[in-house]
Amino acid sequence: MVRIKVNGEFHELEVELDTPLLWVLRDHLNLTGTKYGCGIAQCGACTVHLNGTPSRSCSIPVSGVLQVDIVTIEGLSSDKSHPVQKAWIKEDVPQCGYCQSGQIMAAVALLEKNQNPSDSDIDNAMTNICRCGTYTRIRKAIHSVANVSGSKT
Amino acid sequence: MEKLSRRHFLKSSATVAGGMMISFHIPAQDPSQETMIGPVAPMTTSELNAWLTIDPDNTITIRVAQSEMGQGVLTALPMIIADELEADWRDVRAEHADVNRSIRQAGVYKRMLTGGSGAVRISRPYLQQAGAEAREKLIKAAAETWGVSRQECHADYGKVHHKATRRSVTYGEVAGLAAQLSVANVKIKSPEDFSLIGLPKPRLDTPEKVDGSAIFGMDVRLDNMAYAAVQHCPVLGGRVRSFRFNAIRNMPGVILAVRFDNGIAVVAETWWQANKAAKALPIQWTIGDEGKTHSETFRNEYLAALGTQGTSVLKQGETLPALEVSEKIIESDYLVPYLAHASMEPLNCTAHRTDEGLSLWLGTQDPESALNAASKLAGVAPEKVQLTNCLLGGGFGRRAHTDIVEEAVQIAMEIDRPVQLIWSREEDMRSGRYRPMAAMRFKAGFDLEKQVVAYTNHSVTHSILRDLGAPVDNGIDPTSVEGLSNMPYEFSPKSITHTIKNTHLSSYWWRSVGSSQNAFAMECFIDEMAEAATTDPILFRKQYLANRPDLLEVLEELRQKSDWNKRLPPGTARGVALHECFGTIAAQVAEVSVNNGKADVHRIVSVVNCGNLVNPAIAEAQIESGIIYGLSAALYGKITIEKGRVLEDNFDTYHVIQQSEVPIMETHWLLSGGDKWGGLGEPGLPCVAPAIVNALHKITKRRIRSLPISDYYLQRA
Repeated sequence: MVRIKVNGEFHELEVELDTPLLWVLRDHLNLTGTKYGCGIAQCGACTVHLNGTPSRSCSIPVSGVLQVDIVTIEGLSSDKSHPVQKAWIKEDVPQCGYCQSGQIMAAVALLEKNQNPSDSDIDNAMTNICRCGTYTRIRKAIHSVANVSGSKT
Repeated sequence: MEKLSRRHFLKSSATVAGGMMISFHIPAQDPSQETMIGPVAPMTTSELNAWLTIDPDNTITIRVAQSEMGQGVLTALPMIIADELEADWRDVRAEHADVNRSIRQAGVYKRMLTGGSGAVRISRPYLQQAGAEAREKLIKAAAETWGVSRQECHADYGKVHHKATRRSVTYGEVAGLAAQLSVANVKIKSPEDFSLIGLPKPRLDTPEKVDGSAIFGMDVRLDNMAYAAVQHCPVLGGRVRSFRFNAIRNMPGVILAVRFDNGIAVVAETWWQANKAAKALPIQWTIGDEGKTHSETFRNEYLAALGTQGTSVLKQGETLPALEVSEKIIESDYLVPYLAHASMEPLNCTAHRTDEGLSLWLGTQDPESALNAASKLAGVAPEKVQLTNCLLGGGFGRRAHTDIVEEAVQIAMEIDRPVQLIWSREEDMRSGRYRPMAAMRFKAGFDLEKQVVAYTNHSVTHSILRDLGAPVDNGIDPTSVEGLSNMPYEFSPKSITHTIKNTHLSSYWWRSVGSSQNAFAMECFIDEMAEAATTDPILFRKQYLANRPDLLEVLEELRQKSDWNKRLPPGTARGVALHECFGTIAAQVAEVSVNNGKADVHRIVSVVNCGNLVNPAIAEAQIESGIIYGLSAALYGKITIEKGRVLEDNFDTYHVIQQSEVPIMETHWLLSGGDKWGGLGEPGLPCVAPAIVNALHKITKRRIRSLPISDYYLQRA
């Protein structure tokens, strides 16, 4: 029996300790917004936040996140109201959409650390793969969040 | 978020999607449908025809027969119907059309295949007709209600108006009556009357794709569902000789193993358990001579085959005597490797065999073939097979194949539970259906004035149609010579020949099909010809396109938009390419430099003529999407065979481009209007590789004649 905290809720689960967090989220908790793309931390489709740090949940055993605050795409907001989600809608970023949960989680973490990322900050932080090629709109959406939050200060 | 039971999750997952109940909406007035999951439409929903329903609250649900795999069909095709319908766009929702119904009702959704950049290109006229007929029914219903002539009424923004009496009624109010009426001889609009077509409307599927609520095939969750993973023979064509289930029987969650000809599936309580057990399962294989093959051998065999005569595809005049008297002859061989599709969502299919029939959930580009394949394997009549077409996490051609469905059905026949089969990324990448390998030889002769006086081309290509069992008895697979046999340049005399050469690998449709390899070779050789003629590459192309004003226009626009004649910093160069496929002309200029032995692509300018645009914002995204997909292939894409095995099995070995490598992309439309409605899902791709390679030649003074570019260490001359 393991106990993990996901999106503010505690869950007690019967699961082998070596099970990657991704599959605990998807198959045990039915939080299917976090995606399987490669299983080797290459593509970023499975990105979640562990204590605020963007992390690739396909390569982290559940035993390693027992004392950790886990946030998934479903925990970002209940009504698509997170500034990054709003920017994604405004720029109409997704095509097939499969990688976008991971892209958004990576972007949220970047913007929390760096309110006004440069293009090279984006290049370094956004290593998630998108096969549809939505990269240009992703960059635009990140910049637009930076501009909105920048104008508030 | 509260902890969800599986049952609860099913219900909420369908409604969280808000306005979009993709795939989980069961058409009203169709009670024979088995409602597996999701909300049941209110009984008062009125179906005006197979393509659309209207609710009393004016909600319009439009069925889309093509599959949403990123290209925007769930928005663009509803726009076509809604335009004729004179709908208020804010009322419109979209969902995938029901393939079971199309099979029961004599193909009511006509073409359900997604491919060939054909969604708008092929279905536009009958979607317009469906929208127009529904509008006429609504107007007729309102006129009857008011007791006035139809001619005194008109429709706009979701209402019917009677101008003389200033009365109006919403579509929702008259839909019930309208659904019972029939109309005839309804005409569709003239393009100048379009109200929605041509507008950059936001995609209807975006909101559910930013919060994780969108349901892809892999996200389907059913009560009591088991999961399956598979281990295929590492050598394509190899067969299972034996396997030892006892070795994994006691691993956590393992339920059973199912034997296929070419692999074993393991079923367990979760996919992680299934995949762990599948990887640990000892399997003995029977592998024939295909286990002795290597990419190097293939390359040599393909190049050797270029020296054979081949089958004539096209012959105009006599090239041999023309070449004999040529002042100068150039000859080049080009080679491209097999490529994987590498969609972000690995292949998967959920299947459940019940007493009533068979139910399937997956994202497929070809729901009819999927349904029929499942019906045949399970021995269940087609009308008893329900197929829910979910969102596709990328397709690029790969998701038209039925292999994943056939495996899922075989598993479902062995277990009394719903089962979700997922291929691991490694299985997805190693298990075949590649973009064909091909070799191409070009020869051109020039006279003293440097005019082209002879042109020959011979291609040796792995045939997709032969892999599919289609007849290619005449020695020509037309999909292999797309772009070669119909090349637009007026060279005369010319001879185009072809040889089919298949290996033990299997090939399949890959974004832009034959054009993906042929435009590369062809457009690079055109640059070689321009160099031999000491002519600017754009001028050279124009010289031989005199009878194609549409192509000339595109090239001229591209020359201007790309700053073709402006100087660039040393070490930077521009290259050009032009291609026409799927009814669309696209030409591109790539701006490239060389850094640390690698190509650095800075900017790609496209000029596109697809005739007309349904949604410019989605159209631009499709051109960029094709460029990015083509850029990954041009720079890095290759499938390597060693001892018959595919070496690349994940994104660490099969490289695709990331954010940091994305060039500036500028897309310019040169729309000729009229009846031309060209496709857009694929035409952005073919010119990318040749435009880059042509630019690199200016920097390195060496010709790259094979892909990927990363096989070469590049140096400034």
